[in-house]
Amino acid sequence: MSYTKPLPAIDNWNRPFWDATREQRLVAQACEPCGTVFFPPGPVCPHCLSAKLSWKQLSGRGTVESWVVFHQVYYKGFADEMPYNVAMIRLDEGARMLSNVVVPNDSLHADMRVEVVFAPATEELSIPKFRPLTPGEG
Amino acid sequence: MIDDTQMRDATCFVGVGTSRYGNFPETDSYGLGIEALKMALDDAGLTKDDIDGMIVCRIPSYERLSEMIGLKNQRYGLALQSSGRMSAVSVMMATVALMTGQAKCVALVYGNNGRSVRDYYGGAPGPWAPWGFTSPGARHALMARRHMELYGTTSEQLGHVGMTFRNHAALNPNAVMRKPFSIADHQASRYITEPLRLLDYCIINDGAVALIMTTADRAKDMKQKPAYVSAIARADTYEDSSFYTPPNDFWYDALQDISGRVYKGAGISQSDVDGLMIYDNFSPTVLFSLEGMGFCPRGEGGRFVSEGHLALGRRLPTNTNGGHLSESYMQGWALIAEAVRQVRGECGERQIKDCEIVQYICATPISSSIIIRR
Ligand SMILES: [Zn+2]
Repeated sequence: MSYTKPLPAIDNWNRPFWDATREQRLVAQACEPCGTVFFPPGPVCPHCLSAKLSWKQLSGRGTVESWVVFHQVYYKGFADEMPYNVAMIRLDEGARMLSNVVVPNDSLHADMRVEVVFAPATEELSIPKFRPLTPGEG
Repeated sequence: MIDDTQMRDATCFVGVGTSRYGNFPETDSYGLGIEALKMALDDAGLTKDDIDGMIVCRIPSYERLSEMIGLKNQRYGLALQSSGRMSAVSVMMATVALMTGQAKCVALVYGNNGRSVRDYYGGAPGPWAPWGFTSPGARHALMARRHMELYGTTSEQLGHVGMTFRNHAALNPNAVMRKPFSIADHQASRYITEPLRLLDYCIINDGAVALIMTTADRAKDMKQKPAYVSAIARADTYEDSSFYTPPNDFWYDALQDISGRVYKGAGISQSDVDGLMIYDNFSPTVLFSLEGMGFCPRGEGGRFVSEGHLALGRRLPTNTNGGHLSESYMQGWALIAEAVRQVRGECGERQIKDCEIVQYICATPISSSIIIRR
């Protein structure tokens, strides 16, 4: 069955991020001089403007800061998952991203600890989503 | 070098025009914009030959607009991106042009035919589309949820915003939505992006607004009592703009910065403000604006609005035309027009008593505020 959800628009900055998802790795740019880890990807460190950046493998763990639940279908590929959640996740390395948490919507809460899981999409990439960590897992 | 206080009452609105609001597929943003402009010129007692500056928003081509109306004496012009954050920016650009002698009389024209061309806010490609995240409403829902988690704000409290503005719209014959609703009705309305419901979302309609601005000295001999720009300020926040705003900030720092400048600029404080016009694209923005501008303590916007302070007859009548939630989606422009009409005392049943000073507040990545006084 073909994948019907929106696929990312790959550009020069985010290509390594999506390439890494094929190997089920979550990566982000890290600034070599100042250590800032940031997302979404860009040409320079937003803190010190250095272009000396490397792609760092992240722990894949983070904390839910906020979330919403979509009740309106905007993308046909999500129609059979209604209602679905999207959460703002602060990764342990400091960067933030939006993603889906694979959990019943009514169990979401602020400060929920989560860990990345990869949902298959195409042969080229997979979609990083998150699942709750149980207490003791970090 | 001009500081904030030297801008005080140096420029003013001398004409306002607001078109009909609704669904008008037989025209477009040019037709509606010209309808509003003719009303504004008539209101000001001016003709198009008096206009030497033109600021255009959401109308596709500023060139085509000037051509359509046969503008002959134009020396200044600007086209702004079609977003609500540009409302006060347009007034600021006109003020600067007038104060530096680039123009003597500026027409500001906003036209929107989003309803009849079925503008759909959400579902476009975007950086978060792979996760299904889209639409301005969802961005505000994300902020609203965080505000709820941090401060205990509730959906019922948000309901008071729309309920109050709808009661105001019931007194405004030009408003699109005029049937009052209760908190129970708000709670029964469906979620669009939870925690925001249908009645937390602005309406979408066609319409246009035009404003005529000039300098205070030129306004002396004109038809209308001038409505002065007593102060104007903006502050931009693009950190984390991929998410629209830093999640714990709600533009608080930007609004505090603006608050420190506009009250000093106008030589007033919050207690001198007779009415507010708050950019209400979604109900939570009203809470963020009240908190950031210092009308209530940080985090207490929900409690504040549920106490009823924003209603006509109370301490801070807000969005007396019904705002974006009920009157029209004119992206801030109709709120500025309403501010002018309030300080002129032209608002009939919805007139704020003894109204001298109205403040416009817009909480967005470009946050802004204007103090308008008679
Ligand atoms: Zn750096």
